[in-house]
Amino acid sequence: MMKLLRILLIALRALKRNPMRAGLTTLGIVIGVAAVIAMMEIGTGVSQEIQRTITDMGANALMILPGTAATGGVSFGAGSSVTLTPQDCDAILRECPAVRWAAPVVRARAQLVYGNKNYVPWQINGTTPDYLQAQNWADLAEGEPFTDKDVRNASKVCLIGQTIVRELFEGESPIGKELRIHNVAFKVVGVLPRKGANMMGFDQDDLVLAPWTTIKYRVTGSPLASANQSSAASGTSNTVNTLNQLYPLSQLQLYPVQSAVQQADTPLPVRFTNVDQVVVSAQSADQIQAAIRQVSDLLRERHHLRGDTSDDFSVRDMTQMVAVLSSTATLMTKLLLFVALISLIVGGVGIMNIMLVSVTERTREIGLRMAVGARARDILRQFLVEAVVLCLSGGIMGIAIGRGCSMLIRQFLHWPVEASWLAIMAAVAVSASVGIVFGFYPAWKAARLDPIEALRYE
Amino acid sequence: MSLIELKNLYKTYHLGEVDVPVLKGISLNIGCGEMVALMGVSGSGKSTLMNILGCLDRPTSGEYWLEGEEVGRLSSNFRATVRNQKIGFVFQNFNLLPRTTALENVMMPLTYTAQHMTERQTRRRATEMLERVGLAERMHHHPSQLSGGQQQRVAIARALINQPPLLFADEPTGNLDSRTSEEILHMFQKLNEEQKITIILVTHDPEVAHHAKRMIRIRDGLIVDDGAAESATAEGQGVA
Repeated sequence: MMKLLRILLIALRALKRNPMRAGLTTLGIVIGVAAVIAMMEIGTGVSQEIQRTITDMGANALMILPGTAATGGVSFGAGSSVTLTPQDCDAILRECPAVRWAAPVVRARAQLVYGNKNYVPWQINGTTPDYLQAQNWADLAEGEPFTDKDVRNASKVCLIGQTIVRELFEGESPIGKELRIHNVAFKVVGVLPRKGANMMGFDQDDLVLAPWTTIKYRVTGSPLASANQSSAASGTSNTVNTLNQLYPLSQLQLYPVQSAVQQADTPLPVRFTNVDQVVVSAQSADQIQAAIRQVSDLLRERHHLRGDTSDDFSVRDMTQMVAVLSSTATLMTKLLLFVALISLIVGGVGIMNIMLVSVTERTREIGLRMAVGARARDILRQFLVEAVVLCLSGGIMGIAIGRGCSMLIRQFLHWPVEASWLAIMAAVAVSASVGIVFGFYPAWKAARLDPIEALRYE
Repeated sequence: MSLIELKNLYKTYHLGEVDVPVLKGISLNIGCGEMVALMGVSGSGKSTLMNILGCLDRPTSGEYWLEGEEVGRLSSNFRATVRNQKIGFVFQNFNLLPRTTALENVMMPLTYTAQHMTERQTRRRATEMLERVGLAERMHHHPSQLSGGQQQRVAIARALINQPPLLFADEPTGNLDSRTSEEILHMFQKLNEEQKITIILVTHDPEVAHHAKRMIRIRDGLIVDDGAAESATAEGQGVA
């Protein structure tokens, strides 16, 4: 310990003899380490920022869609069967511990009219107040959200997105105004905050939210007994598709089309109200898989699916997308870190250069030290310690500067920069090893000098 | 009792294909507490002999006994220890570390072997040494702030800090004016008489050699004369 301290003292004294040069030599390391620290911290900050953006879009969100209906071997695509009910949604919320929020969604596409303007939004969703939580809409820009009571009463209230405010209201406050959706008057109770486009490029602010009961029963006007969509689809195709005259349907109509009287005579049994999808939010990102499992098990049980029967619903999550985005951020951080490491190596080469000059310049000193009893390994150690001290002090300064840079970035760009202890320890370790690696050759050269030659050196 | 004993010492340098013999069989005895002047013109082998005696170099053949130990065959690490413990060096150009205080210059040899001593002990020892050479009030001056004589006294203090039995002075007055030279040589004589330190003065200057009790003259790698200083000086003048 004592000995180590003394060696350190000698190195410091030697460096003190030429402070300007020592300072300039460490500059390379200072810049390198500062770059590494700043990159690491900003990198983690950017990662977190991306995570937060994804969470904004409902990263923990799962979408439960009803399954595929098929008639006569023709599949009608996901969501075409009517198997999801609002009760399923309640059960999910009640019985799945990994689920935080669950909200049913009923979709509609209809014209909005306000005053002398009209507009067709991208989405009109009928839902419950939980939807705001599940999709991170909770902080309204203006007004209040609708309530569970509004849902029960099928109240004619709605929340509108920023795009709709722009299209219909032109700067005036929409709160309390009356808006017609499909000729049904709705009172605007709140305005959603701005979210911008989502990852697919759709405008998320082009949205109207209302209680699902209102949309279902007052706007889309679907009867409680939902008709078999596949038969309806094939039934209408004759009349709608005018190309039928030219290209007759290849699919044969197996049954004669029912007349209105026949339909009235054989009503379909009314069993449940269906919803178009259920939006579920997991407790946290790492609970998504558990949530998927629990929801699937619960719905299979509720839908009386046993054994090898396939699901009549599908669960979709965004983990793939989150993974892709996070890995992009990590990749960028790694790239920048690599660049920073290169500058660290350049700094190390600078140290080696100066140490080599210093060895040549101090040849006489080395000779003298050898004459008074320094062994080759003492000389080696002295120069090595000098290089390491240079690098380490450069590293410490670099840490301070790097931290300062990331602080500034937090101040001005508001990125969530975080001090990374790992980065700091790595920087110290790297700068010490740079000192050892690049200090070794000059030190070895010094130790190999012949004392007689060295003493005579001019 | 003899401190140094050389037996038939040879040193040959190999310059490419050619062998250059520099020392051609030197046998020598130097006793404890002697003050010897080693004289010779340049090229006589004087410096080579000094390097071997100072354990900086190894003889090609022959034996070198220092304090009853054969040091001619030691490896460089052991020779470094011998240099540190038994030999002090004073050089013509002082060889002090620049931009380093006199005190730190004197302490320097202790860093290599005196691991048992604390920083404060080494400091105290160095202070004592500087006081002994009369530089107590100049302890914290850098070499550039000291006169030549003072610098040489710092170098002597440094050479003596490990209390070696043997002190080499290689042209110690070569860079000093005659008055300072006299002072330094008196200091050597005092050290020799009071502390019984064996001193070997390497010089080509008969004036300097005059201060030694014994004089060894070297020419062409052989000892040509070994005797009391007075007669040697006389003969030297005769030759000149």
